[in-house]
Formats: sequence, structure tokens, C-alpha cells
Amino acid sequence: MYEFDWSSIPGALPFLWEGMKISLEITASAVVVGIVWGTLLAMMRLSSIKALSLFAAGYVNLFRAVPLVMVLLWFFLVVPKFIEQLFNIPPGADLRLSSAIIGFALFESAYYSEIIRAGIQSVPKGQMAACSALGMTYGQAMRLVILPQAFRNMVPLLLTQAIILFQDTSLVYVSALADFFGAAYKVGDRDGRLVELLLFAGAVYFVICFSVSQWVRRLQKKYQPA
Amino acid sequence: MIKIANVSKQYGSFEVLKECTTSVSKGEVVVVCGPSGSGKSTLIKCVNGLEPFQSGEIIVDGISVGDPKTRLSALRARVGMVFQHFELFPHMSIVENLTVAQIKVLKRSKEEAMDRGLRLLDRVGLRAHAGKFPGQLSGGQQQRVAIARALAMDPICMLFDEPTSALDPEMINEVLDVMTELAREGMTMMCVTHEMGFARRVAHRVVFMDQGRIVEDEPKDEFFAHPRSERAQQFLAKILQH
Repeated sequence: MYEFDWSSIPGALPFLWEGMKISLEITASAVVVGIVWGTLLAMMRLSSIKALSLFAAGYVNLFRAVPLVMVLLWFFLVVPKFIEQLFNIPPGADLRLSSAIIGFALFESAYYSEIIRAGIQSVPKGQMAACSALGMTYGQAMRLVILPQAFRNMVPLLLTQAIILFQDTSLVYVSALADFFGAAYKVGDRDGRLVELLLFAGAVYFVICFSVSQWVRRLQKKYQPA
Repeated sequence: MIKIANVSKQYGSFEVLKECTTSVSKGEVVVVCGPSGSGKSTLIKCVNGLEPFQSGEIIVDGISVGDPKTRLSALRARVGMVFQHFELFPHMSIVENLTVAQIKVLKRSKEEAMDRGLRLLDRVGLRAHAGKFPGQLSGGQQQRVAIARALAMDPICMLFDEPTSALDPEMINEVLDVMTELAREGMTMMCVTHEMGFARRVAHRVVFMDQGRIVEDEPKDEFFAHPRSERAQQFLAKILQH
């Protein structure tokens, strides 16, 4: 019978917290960049200019058709080499966090852009017609009328995607970056208490994600379009 | 003011508009009617370029709508339009609905836009609702706000696309009253509507459309007294029974 020994966790909490901060930092940056870049991609995709919509469709389909881990490895192994050469950064500088953030952001943008595209299309066509009839330009109509309504409809989906993203940040272990999951793994490995640490990490992920998704559900009920 | 000459439009092989020709002079009120699917809404949407058309010409205040060089947004800012489903902006308060285009398109100051907006709200009898959101108003009230929103741009003419057909019957009159008053003040108006009572009271001319064609284009009294085409006679007989 396996005997659980949780004693290595209390002392490791500060280290685990450092890891959690990295996980949250990656999540937050990827969500922000993902929404901004995803919005641009969605607008390109819906644009009547063929080249833009083809580019956006290609981008989205590419990133949705490859595994996230692989994208992270590209950005971990390949991209830093380019950046080092481009900006003359001495080799060996630690670019792991920034390349992880860029990788996540570019990957998530593809998913966000699909959510945002659906959101834009959920706004009745007459709204755009009304904007045009008042003399607004396409950009004004988007910024003042269409996107604000689209985002309001999308908030639950965007948050749900953020929860998924938060879980996916654990994949940065491939670059040996000590995010929360990586930190837990390291502590468990060091103390020979991998089972306890992984159970603990799982519980923490569960508590965070479950409570956020409950909150999203409440939001959804409150703002359900009439 | 509005000249429509030989306008045709196709969706694929389906002809929505066939060689439509008519005009609206300054101060004139023209009612466009006809069975559903006759192309009347499409025609009115061509007037401010919301719908493109393939051939023919539409001139509004001397500016060609179909000309690719025309800055449509500048033209549309001067042509008011009211939609069947109001199309107020649901995320903005009533007063923001009235001021947003004045500020962003006409570059009016916030105070000026506010002043103009509130005066128009007064005029449609909804001043008390300025701070509410569209969802809190009844359909008739929303449509009156939509009319005020269009008027806030100081349009040279107004287009109405079935402004009462999405309304509950008891709300139709409050909207027609606002439109009647507007017509009495000499606003140039083109109205797609089934409200024949309104047409009788206010219109100068009636345009009757069927299957994408303008079948009749007559002074109002002429149209109601002696509709020439069989199609118009049938239409009137059906609609006036009630």
C-alpha cells in the first residue's frame, strides 16, 4: 500500500507560487494578444478583399491543424535562433518565457479569431446597414457599433477559451520552463514525491478552472441575450 | 431631388428590379407600395447605395449613387433612412443613439449634438426616455427614436423602408403621426409602406410595383380612384377590404 507523504508541499509553496505566476503571465499575455490579433484576423477573414481573407483563412487553418506542443517547440527551438541573429542577442540568453508567450499568442489567435468571427456574424446585418445609412465608414461602424455588441455576446466563449489556455500552459514543460506544472514536477522529482505533487497540482488546476467556469456560467445567465 | 432612371438589378439570374424609372421632387412625398417580393424595399435601398445595382442611374441631389467615384458615406450622411426593424444600437442609450453619428460623422461638438438630439426627442414625444436603452422601449417608441436619429443628421430627404410593418397594430399610429407631421413640414420623403390610409392622407404620388417593375406611378387621387393596371386593382381591393 502506497503511503502518501504531503510534507514536501508546504516548504515548496513559494517556488510553486513563482511557477503559478509564470502560468498566469503566459495566459494573460496570450489572451490579450490573442484577442487583438484574433479580431484583426476575423475582420480580414470577413473582408471582401480576397487576399486578406485568404491570408486569414490560411493562418487559422494552419494553426488549428497542428498540435500546440509542436508550435511551442518551434518557438522554443527555431524562433529564438532567428531572434538572436536579428537583434544580436548573445546566444544563450533566456528567451524561453518570451518565446512561449509568442507561441501561445499566435496559436490562440487562430482560435480567438474563429470565436470573434462568429461573434461579429451574430450581430444582425441591419446594424451595419443602419451605420452606413448614417454615413459612418466601415471602420467607424465596426469600432462603435458592431464589435462592442459582438464582444458582449462573446464574453462567455472568450473566457472559456482562456480557461482552456490556462490548462494548456502546462505544455511549456517541453521547454523546461518552470510554470506551475513544471515547478510541481520539479519539486516532486527532487523529493521523490511525484505522485503527491501531481495530485496537488491537479487539484489546484481543478479548483481554479472549475470556479472560473462557474463564474462564467453565472455571467452567461445574467447577460443572456433576450 | 431623387431621380431613378432605368435601374435594373439581378441576384444571379433572378431579376429583382427591371428598368425602374421614377423621381421624387423636393418637398414631395412618394409612397411605394406593392405585394411582398415586388422589389420595393430593394429599390429604396438602392437610393442611398445600401444595395448595389447593375444598370441604370440614380441621382440624389445631383450626385450619382452608382458612380464608383462617389463617396457614398458622405452622401448617406445627408439622406435619412428608417428601417423596418428600427436598428437602434442596443448597447447605447437613446441619447447616444441620437448623437453618435452627429459627433463622429458630422463632427459636431458633444454639446451641439446633445442639444439637437434632445430637441428631436422632444419632438417625437420621448424626451423623458433619453437615458434609457432601446430594449426598454416599445416598438413604436423605438421607431420614433429611429426617425429622430435620422433627422438629427439634418437630412435633405428621408427614406422609409416599411417603418410600421414590424409594429403591433396599436403602435402604428404613433409612428405614422410623426411621419405625417414631417411630411406637412415639407420634408422630401420616399416611403415603402402598406399603410394606404397614410398614403391617402399624406402622399403626393403613389408608385406601385410588381415583380420588380414599376407598374403605376400616379398622383395619389388618380391611383386610388382609377388604378389602371389589373394588378394594382387586385392589390387595392385586397388591402382596402379591411
